[in-house]
Amino acid sequence: MKLLLVDDSRTMRNIQKNILKTMADDVQFTEAGDGMEALTAIAADPAGFDMILVDWNMPNMDGLTLVGRIRVKDKRTPLVMVTTEAEKTRVIEAIKAGVNNYVIKPFTPDTLLGKIKQTFERAQTPTPAAAAPAA
Amino acid sequence: MPVAIAAQSVNPELIVHFVRSVQEVISTMVGVQTTIGKPHLKAQSTPSYDVSGIIGFSGGVVGSMVVSFQTDAAVKLVARFAGSEFPPESPDFADAIGELANMIAGSAKKDLGAIASISTPNVIIGHGHIIARLADVPCVVIPCHTVAGDFAVEISIKQLSAKTP
Repeated sequence: MKLLLVDDSRTMRNIQKNILKTMADDVQFTEAGDGMEALTAIAADPAGFDMILVDWNMPNMDGLTLVGRIRVKDKRTPLVMVTTEAEKTRVIEAIKAGVNNYVIKPFTPDTLLGKIKQTFERAQTPTPAAAAPAA
Repeated sequence: MPVAIAAQSVNPELIVHFVRSVQEVISTMVGVQTTIGKPHLKAQSTPSYDVSGIIGFSGGVVGSMVVSFQTDAAVKLVARFAGSEFPPESPDFADAIGELANMIAGSAKKDLGAIASISTPNVIIGHGHIIARLADVPCVVIPCHTVAGDFAVEISIKQLSAKTP
């Protein structure tokens, strides 16, 4: 399982790693400190990531812009916004941009793990349209 | 010298939102409880203590919030937050202080009722450093006490736009 963690705080990335490494034995992490670094990491790994966790407020390129840039080419990789931005308007903005789930800081380990597992499960469940047999 | 808060000068709701935020962030991410002292106004430009995590507000709310830590308290709180002890001169120490300030400001922002943005954090460490704030906005100090030591949340913000529904 390959995860890309995008957050300008190394402390926050380490906290996320310590929580998420308990999900499986083979979790691999790539880290980026802003949206630009994330795009570079994505371009450098053609096999892609199984999930990308994105902070909102970052220097150089913020998380919302990053989500938009990713979704131009990639509609499938699950994206989870992990941010202090908690207003409903922000959540709606992020969903419209293409995030699959939303975690508000501060979070407990259980909250983060639960949202990440939920996002994986949703991604693996075919939508009714996709599951319907071809006519 | 602390100045009593005049009822007409500061919206008490503002203090309530930051008290809730700081208690939630420190409890959830650091694992210690925060006891709140009596909020007061201050006129000085020097923060309460020597380690400052600073967040700027813009948009419907403008100004700044400073989380000002006793150095010893900051070291202990960062160790619990980050899972490793860092000396104050370490970049990881500043990073952790900045992230705590970011979460306290962000969590309070959602209750301020206006469309606002917060800056990425800046961290200043050193005795007697000066923080320039908006001249026409009072600075409210919320004293915070934990088993790891003391810190204070210093709020100097004003709302420009009407509250959102």
